[in-house]
Amino acid sequence: MRRIIFAVCGTVAGLAMLLSFKSHTSAGALTSTAGTSNTQPFGQASASAAASASASPSGGSGVLSTTGGRQLTGQVANTAYGPVQIQLTLVQNKITKVSVLQQPENTANDIRIGNFAFPKLISETLTAQSAKIDSVSGATYTSGGYIKSLQSILDGSG
Amino acid sequence: MADAGAGTVGRPDLSGGRLRHAEHVMGTVFSFDVPAGSAAALPGVLRWLHWVDATFSTYREDSDVSRYGRGEIELADCASELAEVLALCAEMAVLSGGYFTIRPGGGFDPSGLVKGWAVEHAAVMLREAGSPDHSVNGGGDVQCAGEAAPGRPWRIGIAHPLRPGTLATVVTGRDIAVATSGTSERGHHIIDPHTGRPPAALASITLVGAHLTTIDALATAAFAMGEHARDWTESLPACEAFAVTPGGGTWQTTGFQAFAAG
Repeated sequence: MRRIIFAVCGTVAGLAMLLSFKSHTSAGALTSTAGTSNTQPFGQASASAAASASASPSGGSGVLSTTGGRQLTGQVANTAYGPVQIQLTLVQNKITKVSVLQQPENTANDIRIGNFAFPKLISETLTAQSAKIDSVSGATYTSGGYIKSLQSILDGSG
Repeated sequence: MADAGAGTVGRPDLSGGRLRHAEHVMGTVFSFDVPAGSAAALPGVLRWLHWVDATFSTYREDSDVSRYGRGEIELADCASELAEVLALCAEMAVLSGGYFTIRPGGGFDPSGLVKGWAVEHAAVMLREAGSPDHSVNGGGDVQCAGEAAPGRPWRIGIAHPLRPGTLATVVTGRDIAVATSGTSERGHHIIDPHTGRPPAALASITLVGAHLTTIDALATAAFAMGEHARDWTESLPACEAFAVTPGGGTWQTTGFQAFAAG
C-alpha cells in the first residue's frame, strides 16, 4: 500500500514541478469513502500532501467499480493555473489506471502543457509503483525537506 | 550539521516483522529499516548518532570540531573519533586529487565525510548487535546490510534530480552502499575547490559500492569534478557510478550494469 502512496505523491510533486505551480498550491490529497475498510493508508497520503502544501479541498470520493477495482477520486486542487483533479483505479491495492478529470485549460498553452505533461506523469506513476523500492538515495535533504521526500513516504511518516 | 529538530519522527512501524524508524539528527533525517527482533539495538545507535552530531557539528560553537577548527584545542584533546575521521578525510583527498577537501569553503569542515561515516558505523553497530539484514539511510545516503527479505536483494531508488518525486533509476544488490551528490535538495552546496564555483556539468551523480564512508565522500568529489567525473569513476576500484546531466541525459560506468535493477 505504501508504494501506491509513494506513486501518488510522486505524481503530485511532478505536477507541481512540470506545471510550475506556485509552492503554496498543490494537487489535493486523495480520500476514500469506498465501501471498504481499507481507507487508513489514504489518511497517510492525505497527511503527506497536506504537510507540503495548503490544498483547497472540495471533497474526494471513492467507489467500487463493477470490475472489482476500486476508484479513488482526488480532491479538486485549485492551483494558480486552474483546478486539477485526478482519479485512480486500484485492483488489489495496485494502481491500474490514472485518469485526469480536470486540468487547467484557460489558455492554449495550458492545454499544450497539460497534453504533454499528464500522460508523462501518469506513465511515471505506474512505473514508480512497479519499482518496489526499499529506500531512496538522492542529494542530501534537510530536516524540513524530508517531509516532502520519497523516503518519508517509505518510512510512513510523511 | 545543524542541530535543529533532534528527535523522533512518527511512530515505529512494525509491519511485516520489520521496524521502520526515522530520526531527526545532523540537520537531516536518518531512516532505519531493521528486523523487529533487533529493535532493542536501535536506541543505542540513536544515542550514538546524537553524540556524533554534538561532537562533529560545525553549527555548534562548543563542539570538538568547532573548537579544534578555531585552534582552541589540540587533536589529542578531542574525541578519538575525530582523528579517525581526519585520517579518512586525508585518504579521500589523495584519492580524489584534492576534489574532496576538509576546507570546502575555506574553513575547517569535515562534514563531507562525517555523515556517510556515521551511517556506515550505525549499520555496523546494528550488525554487531545481531541484525544480519538492515538498511540505514542518512539524508539520502544509504548503507544496506544483507538483503531486504530472504532471497530478495535491496532495491534503492535514485531520486531524479530534475523531476522531484520521480526516480531516475533503481539500484539493487546485497550489502551495498549508495550515495548521491547533487543540487536538488539544498541548492549548490558543493563547490569545486579548484575554481571556487559550483560545478555545472552534472545534475547529480550516484556512486555504488560496499562502504558508505568512502562511497559518500567520493560521490561528493565526483560531483565537484563535473565533466571529469566519468573517467575518474571508471578508474576507481570497487565503485560504480550513474549520473544525470543538467539536460536530463544520463551516463554510467561499465560495471554499473551489475547493480541496475531489471
